[in-house]
Amino acid sequence: MEIFKIVGLGITATILSVIIKQYKPEYGIHISIATGVIIFLLIVGKLASILKVMEQLTNKMEIDLIYVKSIFKIIGIAYISEFGAQVCRDSGEESIALKIEFAGKILIMVLALPILLSVLNLIVKLIP
Amino acid sequence: MAIDINMIFKIAAIGILVSVLNMVLKHSGREEMAMMTTIAGLIIVLFMIINIINNLFSTVRTMFEIY
Repeated sequence: MEIFKIVGLGITATILSVIIKQYKPEYGIHISIATGVIIFLLIVGKLASILKVMEQLTNKMEIDLIYVKSIFKIIGIAYISEFGAQVCRDSGEESIALKIEFAGKILIMVLALPILLSVLNLIVKLIP
Repeated sequence: MAIDINMIFKIAAIGILVSVLNMVLKHSGREEMAMMTTIAGLIIVLFMIINIINNLFSTVRTMFEIY
């Protein structure tokens, strides 16, 4: 099972980064970034299959594909901005983390706007 | 690049090596050499980190179709 590999990887990386932090603090951040990316790349296969299944479901239900695509985009943007914000928070830069999250929220809002407008149009049409 | 556990060990090894070299050079009196090794180690690790982050971003871009 992958979970054992991932937990083992995470624990060894934490121990290594704690050891190195005493001598050279900046290498601790490098190790945490590398571990985060490696764990994500280990899981990316499963994530791709989940996304494919969701796409097949939407095709079956004839839901417009644009909505699902923008939902995937929003998930991607949320994940990347969360990744960056956590890395900055780990290294103690709280304000940079907040700025990254703020930018991520704005971008997600931009992507979610079309869906919002289409819902509002639908509601307006329903009202006699 | 082998995106795997040995990437982490490489970074840790470079970190330890640089700190040991620093101590040795400091005690032997060559301050500027110690600074040079620190910068060199940092640049090598930065290249590896940039490579691995580029890998992450391209994976996310292709999977979530963010263009």
